[in-house]
Amino acid sequence: MEYVLEARNIDKHFHKPKDFHVLRDITFGVKKGEFATIMGKSGSGKSTLLYILSTMDTDYSGELYLNNELITGKTHQQLSRIRNKNIGFVFQFHYLLSEFSVLENVMLPAKKLAEKTDAQIKKDAHEKLEMLHIGHLADQRASRISGGEKQRVAIARALINNPTILMGDEPTGNLDSHNSENVFNIFKNLKEQKGLSLLVVTHDEDFAKRTDRIIEMEDGMILNP
Amino acid sequence: MTNWSVILGIAKTHLLTKMKSTATATLGVTFGIGAYITLVSFMTGLNGMLDDLVLNQTPHIHIYNEIRPSDHQPISLYADFKDAFNMVHSIKPKQNQKKIHNALPILDYLKKHSNVKGATPQLRAQIFYLSGSIELGGNLVGVDIMEEVRLSNIQDNIVEGTPEALKNNDNGILLGAGLAKKMSLHVGDRVQISTVSGNIFPLKIVGIYQSGIAEIDDSQSFANLKTVQRILGEAENYVTDINIKLVDIVQAEPMARQLETQFKTKAIDINEANAQFETGSNIRNLITYAVSITLLIVAGFGIYNILNMLIYEKMKDIAILKATGFSGRDVQLIFMAQAMIIGFIGGLLGLLIGFVLSRAIDHAPFETEALPTITTYPVNYNPAYYVIGITFALLSTFIAGYLPSNRARKMDPVKIIRGT
Repeated sequence: MEYVLEARNIDKHFHKPKDFHVLRDITFGVKKGEFATIMGKSGSGKSTLLYILSTMDTDYSGELYLNNELITGKTHQQLSRIRNKNIGFVFQFHYLLSEFSVLENVMLPAKKLAEKTDAQIKKDAHEKLEMLHIGHLADQRASRISGGEKQRVAIARALINNPTILMGDEPTGNLDSHNSENVFNIFKNLKEQKGLSLLVVTHDEDFAKRTDRIIEMEDGMILNP
Repeated sequence: MTNWSVILGIAKTHLLTKMKSTATATLGVTFGIGAYITLVSFMTGLNGMLDDLVLNQTPHIHIYNEIRPSDHQPISLYADFKDAFNMVHSIKPKQNQKKIHNALPILDYLKKHSNVKGATPQLRAQIFYLSGSIELGGNLVGVDIMEEVRLSNIQDNIVEGTPEALKNNDNGILLGAGLAKKMSLHVGDRVQISTVSGNIFPLKIVGIYQSGIAEIDDSQSFANLKTVQRILGEAENYVTDINIKLVDIVQAEPMARQLETQFKTKAIDINEANAQFETGSNIRNLITYAVSITLLIVAGFGIYNILNMLIYEKMKDIAILKATGFSGRDVQLIFMAQAMIIGFIGGLLGLLIGFVLSRAIDHAPFETEALPTITTYPVNYNPAYYVIGITFALLSTFIAGYLPSNRARKMDPVKIIRGT
């Protein structure tokens, strides 16, 4: 089965405060429809790796492929477009735009992509919110809803452009067990029902154990490639 | 490709939710532009009034016969002393008549000239105003009054009576306001004048003339050209001065030089006559602009500051926008759009406030003895200042917005999200 996302020989140094070799020769891939987690101690480089994979961090050597297309070396403008279209991202903190309504937050990446009409985008956004059982919050201000709800809105936003892969940086790290369970189930459903590929960095072992594959990292290397 | 509706939508939401800082920044621009418009309108209005005061008294070209010594003394024509070093002591001015030679043909020539709006003959006579046994020295200027009305603003300075009244009265005089006051004379009274040679004439006061310049008002009066010629016992071609108004004032200097050589008289152009006045105007303009630009720069710094703060507050939003696929350029445009909206709205309000304040100044009473025709402060409503004002508002907000928005463009989303 072919890889949706593939990293080849990725190396990264931190230059400040002093030179530090944070990622060493990382080679791995995420298959289509695979739910993978990256685990490791603090400072093992797992988040750093995730941000390289998300195309936000371009300061590395090696090659990165998305849908078998070389991503490394593209301009920021092109990378923004790729991120917009193909990658959904969920952070530890919800990071919603607090002045906007829930619906607007979800619609924003699709509006940027501008492949559909506003009416179509609105319909899509409502669908995503319904799917995550938060349709009733659509017109609330993003700053007025609870933490668990915010994280679900963030997931809806990540899904709005039907991305190839969904990435999460400790998406449950800031949630209570009930909400964590919720988020896990959402991810599971997305994989099973929509065939979405997922790559999640987490500290939560219970969460990781129930996924398809655990990638363990230590000192900037993958232990089980 | 840029999706303007999304970018403007985000910019609008930012501005509306941060109403307080938006209002502060906008008011900064409004105040700067408003003050600029008010100041520049008022200052240039004042300048214009002062210019008019002096310049309208002055013709564009003034032709007269100057009393001066001959350029070539007779000895230089004498061949025997050609190579000698000649010294002539106590040279006297050349015996010359005051009247302009061939004045009437010159006038005809000038009136047909394409660049001449009008040429008026004048006859200046030294006279005494008699009030009982007291003699007041002064001038009587013979003019073609209706031509003067057409070409200068003399009617503005006739504070009582009308130019027509003078035209219709062969023995009429427009008496200087200072003289009228000194001699306690009013319109309808008679004043006796005496020529230098001692002839006494009674003239009827048909109007009072007040230029605002005390020196003139205390000595100068106007009468019809023919009246003055008759008083002096001179013929109809006796004219001492010709005043010319031009269509194109820039031509004044070369034309004056040309007339001098053509008619062998003295011709002075307006710039020569008012050189020091021009300097004063220029310096006042310079001060006006210095103050205005300072105001606008201060407003610009206000915008810079507020946008900088806004971007600091919105760091996480910037990171999230970038993470979800907005490019650095999009983010920059979002903040630039905010700056430009502030600049545009603030600028327009500034123009409005500037206009309202100008109107207020325009209607404020300003009465001074020296300026009889002016009742309110002068204001110059030149549309060019409004164009400059809005242009500067947009320009300064552009610069003030560019620097912080450029920072937002370059901001690394990973650093913000990871909190390092």
